[in-house]
Amino acid sequence: MAPFFKFGYFGVETGYVIALLVGISFGFWLERAGFGESRKLALQFYFEDMTVLKVMFTAIVTAMIGLMYFTLFGWIDISQVYVNPTYLGAQVVGGLIFGIGFAVGGYCPGTSVVGAVLGRIDALVFLGGALFGMFVFGELFPLLEGLYNSGYMGAAKITDWLKAPTGLIGFLVIIAAIAMFLGAEWAENKFGKEPAK
Amino acid sequence: MKEQKFWNPYLAGVGLGLTLLSAFVLMGRGLGASGALMRFDVWLLKVIAPGHTQANAYFSKYFESPLSNWLVFEVIGVMIGGFLSGALAGRLKVKTGKGPNISVKNRLILAFIGGSLIGFSARLARGCTSGLALTGGATLALGSWAFMFAVFAGAYAAAYFVRKQWI
Repeated sequence: MAPFFKFGYFGVETGYVIALLVGISFGFWLERAGFGESRKLALQFYFEDMTVLKVMFTAIVTAMIGLMYFTLFGWIDISQVYVNPTYLGAQVVGGLIFGIGFAVGGYCPGTSVVGAVLGRIDALVFLGGALFGMFVFGELFPLLEGLYNSGYMGAAKITDWLKAPTGLIGFLVIIAAIAMFLGAEWAENKFGKEPAK
Repeated sequence: MKEQKFWNPYLAGVGLGLTLLSAFVLMGRGLGASGALMRFDVWLLKVIAPGHTQANAYFSKYFESPLSNWLVFEVIGVMIGGFLSGALAGRLKVKTGKGPNISVKNRLILAFIGGSLIGFSARLARGCTSGLALTGGATLALGSWAFMFAVFAGAYAAAYFVRKQWI
């Protein structure tokens, strides 16, 4: 029964080997999508290149459907799968700042790692900035602790919040993703000037 | 070697999604990136100022062997996978990504500022696009979806002011 690690099929060290392999796949697909290039990522925010949205929501939908079917077949114990805890205040404020940083910096943490190994100088400088920003956060932590813990709701899921069945929410997420993909194709035809390299 | 085209975004999305799904199935957890950067940061601070780092209420959580962590190994994998993919496609090149209307120096200044904002906010939100948005998006975590919409809102709002950097 999955998750295999949680049911003791292997230990922490084997888990690290898996981490390396999962990471290789993660890095490979990020690079294949073109996410090593800051400009390609940033053009998302001018509706010229919608790759970020397409890749992200395709990935979310793929993994979500996988989890739902594996749960249905009884292959995975979904209660053993990590759910990010919700701190609504911290995550909305953090998300807004993160978005500004994304448009200004052109990368997010994972994509900047890919950019750096490709030889992109701006990705390396961005990573330096990220380490600095984390240092600042730690130094200011006493002042930020209230915001950091604001809006705590535990490991809340959308399904708990709306009191709706998982299948229905999953279906709506798929419909919303398809609508966004159609919008994205339309936007690229209208605003996209040249394929960003 | 001639640079190859990027792969179809929907194909890359499925590849990324299956990678995420395999992490759920094997480990019971998702992907991540900023958590590993944080641990590298603490490791660095520990070398420079161990006493100060241990006394800090936030860094001290990671003080004990900061690099012995699943995410750290995963991000080393990201470096290998990204490098291999780039090498196979002829995309390994030292350069600065930017639009045609900005100098390299100004682009690098903005890269540092953006990176700082991202580092700070990824700690505040407890994750980034990988560990919070993608991972929690697939498990339908409420905070992850709120974060995701906030990221797009912040980025679209800021985009106008930095347009000379990209377009």
